[in-house]
This record gives sequence, C-alpha cells and structure tokens, in this order.
Amino acid sequence: MEFIDYYKVLGIEKNASESDIKSAYRKLARKFHPDLNPNDKEANKKFQQINEANEVLSDPEKRKKYDTYGGDWKHAEEFEKAQQSQSRQESNSGSYSFSGSDFGSGFSDFFSSMFGQSEAKSSGRHAKYRGEDYNAELHLTLEEAYTTHKQTLTVNGKNIRITIPAGVENGQVIKLKGHGGSGINEGPNGDLYITFVIADHAIYKRRADDLYISIDIDLYTAILGGEVMLDTLSGKIKLKVNPETQSGTKIRLKGKGFPVYKNEGQFGDLYVTYSVKIPTNLTERQKELFRELSQS
Amino acid sequence: MQTDDLILAEDFCTHYRVELSFINYLEEYGLIEITSVEETSYISREQLRKLEQLVRLHYDLNINLEGIDAIAHLLERMKGLQFEIISLKNRLGLYEKI
Repeated sequence: MEFIDYYKVLGIEKNASESDIKSAYRKLARKFHPDLNPNDKEANKKFQQINEANEVLSDPEKRKKYDTYGGDWKHAEEFEKAQQSQSRQESNSGSYSFSGSDFGSGFSDFFSSMFGQSEAKSSGRHAKYRGEDYNAELHLTLEEAYTTHKQTLTVNGKNIRITIPAGVENGQVIKLKGHGGSGINEGPNGDLYITFVIADHAIYKRRADDLYISIDIDLYTAILGGEVMLDTLSGKIKLKVNPETQSGTKIRLKGKGFPVYKNEGQFGDLYVTYSVKIPTNLTERQKELFRELSQS
Repeated sequence: MQTDDLILAEDFCTHYRVELSFINYLEEYGLIEITSVEETSYISREQLRKLEQLVRLHYDLNINLEGIDAIAHLLERMKGLQFEIISLKNRLGLYEKI
C-alpha cells in the first residue's frame, strides 16, 4: 500500500501550526485549483491530494490519528478495539504501517474525501463537493466531422445522445455539463469532456477549414485543356482544366472546403493541385508524333 | 417575464452562504449578468456555472475581486490559445505527412 505523506504534499514540517497548514493549503490550492487549470489532469490530481492532505491535517483529531497511525489512521478505532480485545502487549503507535491489515484498497480510498461520501465535512460551504470530471475520446472520420450529426455515447452505463456540429477540429474538446460523476451532498455533478480525434483521410488533407487534394491529369488534358470530375465531400464537381496547365498548378475552389465550426452555411476553401501524368507504353506511331512535335 | 430559467439571487446566496453584495460587485465588474424582474434580482441558468466558479475563487482561494477579474480575462485568453495550439498542431501534422 502506497503511503502519502500529507506533510510533504503541503510542503510543511511535521510540527507545522494550524496557520502554517492553512497558509500552505491556500497557496497550493491557488496554484492547482481546477478552475484555474482547465483540462489539466495533472493539476486536478494534485489538487485532490492537496485537499485530502488539508482535510486531514487541518482537523486536530484526524491529524493526531494520522500522526499516530500514518496511512491507516482512518481505521485507528477498529485497530484500537482489536488491540484491546486481543490484549496484545505490544503497541504499534508511531508506525506508518502494520502487518496483516485488511484495510481495503489503501490511499486511493482517501480520494473519497473529495469525490466519495465518507469523509465530506458535514457543515459549512465546503460540505458540498462537485462530482468528478470525466474525460473521453470520440473518434470520427473526416466525412463524419464534415456533417452535423448525432451520436450516442455510453458513459458509465448511461447513454448520452449528443449532437456533433460540423467542422469540429482534431483535438478539440467539448464539455457536456453535468454528465460527469455525481456530486456529493447535493453538490453539482461533474462534467464530461470529450476530445475529438479525427482520423487522417486517404485523399483529403485538412488545415483548419480548408481542404487540400492532389489530382492526376493526363498530358493531353494538361496541354489542350479539358474537364475532370472530382469527388468532394459534398458530391461530385466538374473542374475545367485550362490549356497548358503545368504540373503542380494549384487552384482554389472558394467555399468547397470544410464547414466552419458553429457557423452554418460557411465553408472554407478547397485547394486542388494538378499532377500531370506522362503517358507510358507509347506505340511507335505515338513516339513518332512526339518526335515530330519536339522538332516543330 | 418568464422566470422558469432563473434562480432568485437571494436563494443562491442562502444556498452558498455568500453575501448578496458579493454578486452585486461581480456584476459591477462585468463578470456576471444579473437579470432583474420587477425589481427582484435573478441569476440565469447560463450564468450559474460561471457564478459558482467565481464564488469558489473568492471564498475558497481568498482571491479578491480585482484578482478574479484578471483571472477571468486570462482564462478566456487561455481558452483561445488552447484552441490555437490545437489548430497549429493539426497544421504542423499536415506538413509532417507530406
């Protein structure tokens, strides 16, 4: 069982006064408070530890038990009773662990002081605790991110139907209020943070609201001009290729790109780069014609 | 005016054990909006989350109103910068793939 040194967590000495504890707690809480560190899991975890440490050390009775029994302070009474009934001769006071204990899952249980029910204070504003925030990833294809659509997620056994607006970015996080862990003592529920992970597309590259594609055109269309069909995410479009188009020529199709997030009807642009393909397996006659062309 | 989506400011103060003057100051600083209906102050559902956050900053972390004002601006900026980072990462990813 891992032991957490609450004094170390708060950065104070074992003989720290109540005001030292309060001051250390406030200083660290200001640094790691979730309201000041949105979406920072590490800060959140640290804040839980600080809270836990403060809850124990700021209560003289709990602190005394903690100082005596260390990690197992919560079970001090059980331990003392067991000691009395068994008339054991030796005392374990002052030790941070005792053998053969069956005290559950150890220090992770201490987090229940923040998110559980057993250790919440019974009076004052601090008695109500907000539920834990949950984080989840939602994987989408580029096509799915292109259109506003609904998806049903299962979070902790509950189905949540959400609308995903067209144009979400890869890595973008949305917050679903109240869909996190349940609040404690009528405290509000936590939130659910969903991170969108958009898979790379085989043909299209996306940069913010613009799309990029490279298409092949044959030599004759490149030289003489013509038309090519292009499959876009919103359907097929016909492109006019100008005569004497060079390989690498880039054209912009305004408004044919990706939808702008939460701006219905607005789209980025689509950039098409032409790649001219040189014909292969030419017949003798074709080669002859190219020779003639080269000499003309 | 409908008040279904509104919470009486006094109820909020009683529930969170805060002074009514505190939320009035927050409004003066432009940090929240209070809805007045027939001379009674209400807090809208949309404002509630933000107000709870500001209450925590003040009462749990001892941050004064000027500090809260500065933090609120910085958090907004941080949100914008986080979005920009995501956008830049995606843009960088595009070049790395080519």
